[in-house]
Amino acid sequence: MRTNGGFITNFLYMTDNAILEIRNLTKIYGTLRAVDGVSFSIARKEIIGLLGPNGAGKTSIINMVAGLLMPDGGEIKIFGMNLSERRRDIMPRMNFAAAYAQLPGNLRVEENLLIYALLYGVGNPDTTVRSLLHEFDLEEFAETRTGLLSSGEQSRVVLAKALISSPKLLLLDEPTASLDPETAHRMRDKIKNYVSKNESAVLWTSHHMNEIEDVCSRVLFISHGKVILDGKPADLVNRFKKKNLEELFIMIAREPLSVHPANCG
Amino acid sequence: MSFQRIYAIFLRQFFLLRRSPSRIMGVFYWSLLEVFIWGLISRYLHSVGGETFGFVTVLVGAVIFWNFFTRTMNGISVSFLEDVWSRNLINLFSSPLTIGEYAAGLIVTSIVHTVFSIAGMVAMAWLFFSYNIFLFGFFLIPFVFLLFLFGWTIGIFATAFILRFGPAVEILVWSAPALIMPFAAVFYPVEALPGAFRPISYLIPISYVFEGMRRAAIGGTFDVRFFIIALVLSVFYFAGAIFVFIKMYHIVLKRGLFTRFMTE
Repeated sequence: MRTNGGFITNFLYMTDNAILEIRNLTKIYGTLRAVDGVSFSIARKEIIGLLGPNGAGKTSIINMVAGLLMPDGGEIKIFGMNLSERRRDIMPRMNFAAAYAQLPGNLRVEENLLIYALLYGVGNPDTTVRSLLHEFDLEEFAETRTGLLSSGEQSRVVLAKALISSPKLLLLDEPTASLDPETAHRMRDKIKNYVSKNESAVLWTSHHMNEIEDVCSRVLFISHGKVILDGKPADLVNRFKKKNLEELFIMIAREPLSVHPANCG
Repeated sequence: MSFQRIYAIFLRQFFLLRRSPSRIMGVFYWSLLEVFIWGLISRYLHSVGGETFGFVTVLVGAVIFWNFFTRTMNGISVSFLEDVWSRNLINLFSSPLTIGEYAAGLIVTSIVHTVFSIAGMVAMAWLFFSYNIFLFGFFLIPFVFLLFLFGWTIGIFATAFILRFGPAVEILVWSAPALIMPFAAVFYPVEALPGAFRPISYLIPISYVFEGMRRAAIGGTFDVRFFIIALVLSVFYFAGAIFVFIKMYHIVLKRGLFTRFMTE
């Protein structure tokens, strides 16, 4: 299946089961096409990995889906609704976490979570916060200022905030970047369980290829703002006769033109 | 518009304030210091200048009214800067929060900040200098309303420019009152200004408030014409500030400038 914006692709991606549908998404900064006609969709229970070298356009795509960046072209549909027209209905049902977007360090952990529970319109915010503190092993830090926690503990707080609204769509931009391997593993398991239990979907970027292989049912390789490869991690590795996803990543990062769109999916 | 989200924005600032002695001091200390100093100056001028002019009424009143404006303005712009400094804007604006709810949350925060700050000033002026701000009676309501409105206007303008140009222009927040004060007729009438500067004063709505305050204090009269001019100007500027704020927000979304707050 081609994923570079063709009509057939767009038609096939518009399925009832899709939580996120992106069609011909474009973002231009001056003369640079940072995101160039990207189309893909994410179904329920799917965790999609967005891969690519720095500057490929991954964060621009995530930011456009998160409503932080206005596209110059194309369409973003979430839960079947157009993001630009129905933001108010969409945003309470999705959430976002990024390694670079920590919560205010001068507020206590429980205060930060309570504020975001209110912002997302969570029913019983106090109960939800207590339950998340327990789930993310943060109870002992509830009254600690967030900025005093280690970067790994802060990442757990950010992930707790990302799940506070029981989102059906989760956008994770390098969510485990500052976690040690054991904690990262536990967090991945937590997110995987969450997705299968709640029938949610995740768009996940990471530079840790073993993490992507572990959690993602599908990956999209982005290069120069375009999706150049789309498929299951194991299938792609086999198709290009590489040992693992990391080798494939390096090959694509060095020679993106070696990948023909026909290789997608 | 969700009141719960507006409350969340207020609560974020309240949590920040309640355990921070330096921020609590920021709400009370400078305003109390100003009343104290101007109260003493007024008392001294009264003792050497005789009883022909109500120095305490005019000068201490001016300080309290001026603080209404600056506290309101800072209540908005400094609260916004707290979110800039803590790099919280990406989390806020990827949530269901709308730009209108965020602005409303900052306005509520500014009202609470100002009320506490001014309550301290009024109490000190009454205890130390026997100055009763309620001597203005009914006139106090339009004066305070106009001061709030102009404070929000300048606070929203400053916030819009920081949103668009980044933390580098936060100097606007700190310097705006100093730029306005000479033309706002706070301690002297507009006629005391050189002729070339008076047109600037006539365009600043709070100059009519200070002129009106002096007339009310000295003559016990309320100039409706001043009030109407100030109200028209204030509403016009407030609408302009909202327009600029929304415009800047759209530029930020268009150019992806939220990420700048992560790096500057």
